Amino acid sequence: MFYRESGDFKTSYSEDSQTFPIKFDRLRYYAVLAVAFGIIPLFINDYWANAVAVPFLIYAIAAIGLNILVGYAGQVSLGTGGFMAVGAYAVYKLMTAFPEVSIFIHVILAGLITAAVGVVFGLPSLRIKGFYLAVATLAAQFFLVWLFNKVPWFYNYSASGQINAPERTVFGVFVTGAQTSAMAKYMFCLVMLTLVALVARNLTRGTVGRKWMAIRDMDIAAEIIGVNPLTTKLTAFAVSSFFIGIAGALFFAVYLGAAEVGEAFGIQKSFLILFMVIIGGLGSIFGSFAGAAFLVLLPVFLKNVLVGTLGWPTDLAAHIELMIVGGLIVAFLIAEPHGIAQLWRVAKEKLRLWPFPH
Amino acid sequence: MRKTLTALVAAAMTLAAAPVMADLVVPNLSYRTGPYAANGVPYADGFNDYFTLLNERDGGIGGELIKSPECETAYNTEKGVECYESTKGEGALVYNPLSTGITYQLIPKMAADGITLYTPGYGRTSAANGKVFKWVFNYPANYWDGASVAVKHLLDQNGGSLEGKKIALVYHNSAYGKEPIRTLEELSKKHGFTLATLPVDHPGQEQKSQWLQIRREKPDYVIMYGWGVMNQVAIQEAVNIRFPMENFIGIWWSGSENDVQAAGDKASGYKALSFHGTGMDYPVYADMKKYVVDTGKASGAGDQVGSMLYSRGMYAAIIISEAIRKAQEIAGKPAVNAAEVREGFENLDLTEARLQELGLRDFSQPIKASCENHGGPGAARVFQWDAATKQWNAASEWITSDKEVLDPLIAEDSAAFAKESGIEERCK
Repeated sequence: MFYRESGDFKTSYSEDSQTFPIKFDRLRYYAVLAVAFGIIPLFINDYWANAVAVPFLIYAIAAIGLNILVGYAGQVSLGTGGFMAVGAYAVYKLMTAFPEVSIFIHVILAGLITAAVGVVFGLPSLRIKGFYLAVATLAAQFFLVWLFNKVPWFYNYSASGQINAPERTVFGVFVTGAQTSAMAKYMFCLVMLTLVALVARNLTRGTVGRKWMAIRDMDIAAEIIGVNPLTTKLTAFAVSSFFIGIAGALFFAVYLGAAEVGEAFGIQKSFLILFMVIIGGLGSIFGSFAGAAFLVLLPVFLKNVLVGTLGWPTDLAAHIELMIVGGLIVAFLIAEPHGIAQLWRVAKEKLRLWPFPH
Repeated sequence: MRKTLTALVAAAMTLAAAPVMADLVVPNLSYRTGPYAANGVPYADGFNDYFTLLNERDGGIGGELIKSPECETAYNTEKGVECYESTKGEGALVYNPLSTGITYQLIPKMAADGITLYTPGYGRTSAANGKVFKWVFNYPANYWDGASVAVKHLLDQNGGSLEGKKIALVYHNSAYGKEPIRTLEELSKKHGFTLATLPVDHPGQEQKSQWLQIRREKPDYVIMYGWGVMNQVAIQEAVNIRFPMENFIGIWWSGSENDVQAAGDKASGYKALSFHGTGMDYPVYADMKKYVVDTGKASGAGDQVGSMLYSRGMYAAIIISEAIRKAQEIAGKPAVNAAEVREGFENLDLTEARLQELGLRDFSQPIKASCENHGGPGAARVFQWDAATKQWNAASEWITSDKEVLDPLIAEDSAAFAKESGIEERCK
């Protein structure tokens, strides 16, 4: 009744090719933005920002980045943690070397540096595919972590090898360091996520995205119809790493404030983000959001229920939590192998016919 | 997006049902799961049990009951953040996260929130300098003290000279394990030994190559900065290559029963430092048994009482409770807040006599803190494992660290932090 194409007449090309062609969808999108930008910042406190909102926003950026590579371009990567580390260490070096420059610019630059590193590690993808590429990116993961542990220049020769985010501002408001308010953290990450999601969504709708998908679906056929595999694969690696670098920079500078590479950006991080992408739905921007939400919010939610409400011992709760999350992932992938995004797609199909399905 | 919102709302409802405020809140950020659980469990039990003892026997501190809500961090910094944020709203007075990574993260946050961070024997070493680190205390000893005490013990054994000796450091490749390197480098210059460093990556289950290197290079001594499953594996590997156990010294975090028992009888002779005593021979355990264990109020499975790390968790709880007591004395009221508790930590004077009163004679060294000194005496003792009796026996007297070497290093590192974060020195 509400969600339908019929009766919604487009009178110009730009209207016809907009991101959300269905009016209901568009309104929903604006409503989400309005709530995220207008209402949540008014009520957010330290707990909500640091335990829920900021990690969700940052993981969503990383998941979008990885989804471009794995979901759209079909290049499996296990190097996400390593690329996030590049973003984190790049932003750290930039922050300490140029303290007067706005952190916003540093985060973007950190993304660009990660993109360059990503292209270098993406070169093998021209020769190897599938599982073999996964192993090559796994090598990137271990190499990068080793590098940031081994070379003291990256952590400014500190005794412990820890990197600490100094206080930096955007328009005079602290966004890193201890004095940052919950709202500033949230807003900074939200703005970044919105920009990233907009760019990603539009890239995937345009020529670049179609090339990625052509390569994903059948690279030889794509090459025959004139898609250059070199530039296509490398742009996928570059764009993906750019987003993951931004996520890594935010993860270190805004969220954690201090990090050590092995613990914060280890192989677990690569798997976590890959799971987000798979559970959320490969080749879907919405899926990246849904996957990040699922894996960030569910453990916190379960912890609060089991320990906070039911009063279970923390160790028992932690073990049960692992089992529940693991079980849900398995159950989910059996019931819906295409992820949460597919559920959303099916729901939209049903909505089109509602309330008179044939 | 819609799913996200539903989940958010659902989580909000559970959060609203948070427990009621208690009088004195000392959160216990513990880890009973993951690769570090073997060490995290006894520590958390000791920490909880001492507060239970105070509540049961004395009705809390100064008449105020103590509550220590537990939160599982799994030694993971992200979960640590969540735990800190979720417990801080309950009126937390002091944190003891038992993780150097989480400590580094909390140092700036807690200074901004005005809550004390107490990190006995771990955390950021240069926090011993109270002039820069107002909210952090790490007495009685820190990582650099540990390195120095180990070297001093070796000096004692070698008639005062380590000239031409070779010492290998096997360390957890993290902030924690890297801390002593600079100190050991300085000490190697001073005493003329050569130092080899061998990092072990988290979690440390795979150490074949490191121990192969030790077998090849034959260092005279091995010092270990390990934690969790890494300790067990290292001691087992040392046994496998027949490294003489009496030449193998662990820092206090590499010396629990759980670490050595896996290697069986061959682990006998392994040495580890500690800044407190262990075993059940202290009068406090009579009360602990009477009020906590026998009444079934013991934390966890209750099977860790008297072990090395149980004693350490208890030690941390003792110092925190003494600091709260001091704070109550200064503030002149029992219900102290976080800022007053910091005063208690800074003016803490734990004397020999007070320790005896607490039923802890010879358990640890007296501490006298001040505005400048947040690091304490820096003394530790060497303990040696006896696999036959399953006991840690003291193998040395109290050894004080080499302040001549450490003080300039602490001054240098804290000055760097002060500059980085724009902190003015206090205590002028």
